[in-house]
Amino acid sequence: MEVPKDLKYTQEHEWIRIDGKKAVVGITEFAQEQLGDIVFVELPEVGSEVEQESPFGVVESVKTVSDLYAPVSGKVTAVNKDLETNPEKVNSEPYGGGWVVEIELSNEKDIESLLDADAYTEQCQKETE
Amino acid sequence: MSQENSSSLKTTPLIDIHKELRGKLVPFAGWQMPIQFQGVMQEHQCVREGVGIFDVSHMGEIEIQGPSAKGLIQKLVTNDIDSMHDNQALYTLMCLENGGVVDDLLVHRFSEDHYFLCVNASNAEKDFQWILKNAGTCDATIRNTSHETAQLAIQGKHSEALLQKLCETPLSEIRYYHFTKEKIHNFASIIARTGYTGEDGFEVYVDAGDAEPLFRAILDAGKEFDLKPIGLGARDTLRMEMGYALYGNEINEESRPLEAGLGWVIKLSKDEFIGQTELKKQKAEGNRRKLVGVRLLDRGVPRPHYRVLKNGAPVGELTSGTFSPTLNTGIGLCYVSPEYAEPGTKLEVEIRKLNVPAEVVKPPFLPTSVKKD
Repeated sequence: MEVPKDLKYTQEHEWIRIDGKKAVVGITEFAQEQLGDIVFVELPEVGSEVEQESPFGVVESVKTVSDLYAPVSGKVTAVNKDLETNPEKVNSEPYGGGWVVEIELSNEKDIESLLDADAYTEQCQKETE
Repeated sequence: MSQENSSSLKTTPLIDIHKELRGKLVPFAGWQMPIQFQGVMQEHQCVREGVGIFDVSHMGEIEIQGPSAKGLIQKLVTNDIDSMHDNQALYTLMCLENGGVVDDLLVHRFSEDHYFLCVNASNAEKDFQWILKNAGTCDATIRNTSHETAQLAIQGKHSEALLQKLCETPLSEIRYYHFTKEKIHNFASIIARTGYTGEDGFEVYVDAGDAEPLFRAILDAGKEFDLKPIGLGARDTLRMEMGYALYGNEINEESRPLEAGLGWVIKLSKDEFIGQTELKKQKAEGNRRKLVGVRLLDRGVPRPHYRVLKNGAPVGELTSGTFSPTLNTGIGLCYVSPEYAEPGTKLEVEIRKLNVPAEVVKPPFLPTSVKKD
């Protein structure tokens, strides 16, 4: 299972790539594997505000509906429109073409509560035991 | 992603193979069953375009034998078994006196006084008790053989060629809704040309102890056809595309089977059967509502219990709903009043806060490929 070292993670299986005030968010390889074939992604509006640990969107596989939780608070500055026609990219490229939203952080302290790759890997191992 | 307590769940004789094939096991109707192997989309496509194998050993089997067997079954079911011949299968309902559905099932006739029923997993024990209760002292032996029987479904256009490799009898001679008792790879089997996918295919019943070696032999013979194991996830998307009713979703003890479009298996003019009086009355009254197919016209995945609206006003709720891998769109089934039942009627499905446009479709959602005579 791929857990890139340069990303931060949430307990709800989102990853976040932070670059200054901006951050890109998606779901992890572990999450997409657990969900199965993703057939629909509900994206937030560009310009909308999201709050740390609150749902901001939905991913649906054939069998399940799963909320997406914001790793940080802030304003949505971009969404991956490509997922409207190619939701399967969340499965095939979870850390690349399957990204979901870009958020402009409103509070950089939010980062402190995120998991690093090692802590996230440990959590996933516990969940599969 | 929580771990369910699996200790109280029943397992089929194929549990070890499912683990070996890395099937994702989930609780279903009291059983631990594989919901998927490689993925629902791929497995669905495999059955539509090639051939797949399902473990459906959770399904129940009830054997009825004796001089009164025919009369008893005729009293229990809504379809007419009188005209059945040996080695024929028949889809039917078993109803309560009030017309509600006890179960939907297949009746297989070995001979005039010997039958076996294939019933839903979740209803097997209930059905067995219902049959015993209604049999009273009649001269027939009724056995619930579910625990000693395994069932495999081999479905898809290559299913005949694949099974033929392991079987001497010419399978092309088994017509749709017929079966034969034959050996597959030396294992005594009942091979029925039936299924729940809309594709040509077979349902095979074997002794539980033979299931694992037989499954392995079929997997091996299936390599040249790119045979894949299929989980319950794809079983559901495949049946949904055909608009087949699922017990517990479209039909239950409270539903009216005539409204579910199952009038074709309710023979009101046959000899007396349980539920006949009430069903005749319902027929005379006419349908208050009708089960229709609903196809989304925009993105989204409809799910059971989502509300169906007409210009924003509720007109029903989905009994089943899923993403159709073949159509690449959301599909569902729903009871609506007859004024909204016409194909092409524009409705909406409420998905979270959005009313997604949809239209009424007469199931099946795709043409079926079963081998009709």
